[in-house]
Amino acid sequence: MQLQCPLPKLDFEYITLGHGSGGLLTHKLLESGVFDLLSNEHLDKQDDGAFLTLKHEIAITTDSFVISPIFFPGGNIGELSVFGTVNDLAMCGADPKYLTLSFIIEEGLLFKEFWEVLVGIKWAADKANVKIVTGDTKVVDRGKADKIFINTTGIGEVHSNAKIDINRIKVGDKIICSGNVATHGMAIMSVREGLEFESTIESDTQELNHLTAALIKQYGSAIKFLRDPTRGGLGTILAEISKDTNVGIDVLHDSIPIDPLVFSACELLGLDPIYVANEGIFICIIDGQVAEDATEFLQKLAYGENAAIIGEIVEDHPNKTVLVSPIGGRRVINLPVGEQLPRIC
Amino acid sequence: MKYLDEFRDSTLLKEYLAEIKCTVTRPWSIMEVCGGQTHSLVKHGILRLIPDYINMIHGPGCPVCVTPLHLIDKAVHLALDKNVILCSFGDMLRVPGSEKSLLEAKAEGADIRILYSPLEAVRLAENHPDREIVFFAVGFETTAPANAMSVLQAAKLGLTNFSILTSHVLVPPAMEAVLDDPETKIDGFLAAGHVCSIMGIDEYYPIVEKFKVPIVVTGFEPVDLLHGILMTVRQLERGEYKLENQYSRIVKDEGNVNAKKVINDAFEILDREWRGIGTIPASGYELRKDFQAFDANKKFNIDLPKVREHEICIAGDILKGKKKPHQCEAFGKTCKPETPLGAPMVSSEGACAAYYHYSNQDAITT
Repeated sequence: MQLQCPLPKLDFEYITLGHGSGGLLTHKLLESGVFDLLSNEHLDKQDDGAFLTLKHEIAITTDSFVISPIFFPGGNIGELSVFGTVNDLAMCGADPKYLTLSFIIEEGLLFKEFWEVLVGIKWAADKANVKIVTGDTKVVDRGKADKIFINTTGIGEVHSNAKIDINRIKVGDKIICSGNVATHGMAIMSVREGLEFESTIESDTQELNHLTAALIKQYGSAIKFLRDPTRGGLGTILAEISKDTNVGIDVLHDSIPIDPLVFSACELLGLDPIYVANEGIFICIIDGQVAEDATEFLQKLAYGENAAIIGEIVEDHPNKTVLVSPIGGRRVINLPVGEQLPRIC
Repeated sequence: MKYLDEFRDSTLLKEYLAEIKCTVTRPWSIMEVCGGQTHSLVKHGILRLIPDYINMIHGPGCPVCVTPLHLIDKAVHLALDKNVILCSFGDMLRVPGSEKSLLEAKAEGADIRILYSPLEAVRLAENHPDREIVFFAVGFETTAPANAMSVLQAAKLGLTNFSILTSHVLVPPAMEAVLDDPETKIDGFLAAGHVCSIMGIDEYYPIVEKFKVPIVVTGFEPVDLLHGILMTVRQLERGEYKLENQYSRIVKDEGNVNAKKVINDAFEILDREWRGIGTIPASGYELRKDFQAFDANKKFNIDLPKVREHEICIAGDILKGKKKPHQCEAFGKTCKPETPLGAPMVSSEGACAAYYHYSNQDAITT
């Protein structure tokens, strides 16, 4: 993150219960620079809600962010809360436009930490080209939350030539993975209590809407399905897709893109990278005829450099995703039981 | 990844497979002792690639699986004490106790921390002088040095709020117990490479001699496993029984001298109960008298009634290699990773979990 916004001068250091009361202290908190930082014509009116006009079919999504720790290599909870919702809209084939922003803050959070989160939100919103149009702030007793929880709801306009529909997936379609897997999960893992790696793994949290927009513009209805494999990772998403459809999925183990450092960290900790969380990649199920072309197209764009075809939709083993190992061993990818690592986003 | 890719090399694997096929002329039963080896065999599809003549029997080398039920109950009981922070390796959390698992206790409000190293628990004890920190110290010889080190460090720091709940078990006595069982027929062993990297290989010579059985110290990658199987089959076909070391890039004959010293400083050997198997003489570690203040079993006088295992679960037969997971009537039906009846369905080293996760191949037609 490159944005530098100086911390406002305030007469308080910590956020207290009063800052969520709706009274004077709440105003003091919001007027301290929050409104200025996120300023746009909708937010500036400071109404109870925002009035918006959109031209096309709209997509809406919501997500809550409870990640621990709130600051991690490559990002913070603020950036994540913007990119997470932006990416969910992008996966609907939509162009994200507006976000709501809701905080649940644990009393005692340092204002400078809150400010850093806000600056992250501003930076991410600018990068993804979305506006924060309305919001809410609540403060709860110490111990009732963990520093800060954020909910964002997003609205976007669906691209006119997007036809994202899981039911359109058919045999012969290919699966493209837009980038390296498992990076976010291992970045969080590396800063959890007591785990220290010699090198830093940075989270890949980033906006994917520009990438999907370019892909949709170029390939339109050849794109059948988009999904960002966040919690549960690539394996969970593929297992879900094969369960929800009547087709089988074959994934070639060696074609899954992964950073060597991340792979080493996974091996060291005994985690299967296909089940580790991501924040900056998506999978695209696309007509087999254009798959190679689309992969090369993605590779030329920012955040798509490591895109690769990782598998295909097959007639065999309906409802199952099968991972093919380099020596020809085959195993079914099941939904994981519980989380490999909780509170990752 | 260096030191890994070359041991997953498909050309080499195919060569070993071909060599095994040329060598084997009759049926042999080979036990891979360690659960990590079981998982690797199943995950990489090796069980399907080796000749039918070779019957791989999955051994008791899963520390989570052999931790007695009453110790899990003790851990749950301790964890529910508001003054206690119970620390554990992640695998232990979902293992069912007689009433509940640690994960269920956590949901009830118990303060349970998943750690990768017991030394982190010592740090917790330093940072929380007002709380009792208990580390659930399970494992074979591989985790023993770090667990021993945690106690030595806690003693050095003068901590009075740190203790370990030990369930430490040893591999060679378990191999002897399996060989002594008249119902188990094992022709050769793949010994657990990582255990030997700590302890060395000397303790296996007497087993080779006493039972006239080939033992090959073996690693965990596909190439290691096929190489280990080939070395064992060659001995068997020639009528030999020797101790060989396939995993020589990691395992030295004398093991890790420093690690052994740390273990010896903190622990002594005594009889130990194994879940599903029973008590095996001289098969576990317990803290030495000097360190009894760090023994959670003694520090917290917990008297819990002994409970019976689930009636249907055949974990004991699976751990002794008498039965395979899919031969259990509950496997994949009432017993699944999300609703396990026994520990082998939970642990990342448990044979049942390996079969469930990786062998669910019935729908694969190609």
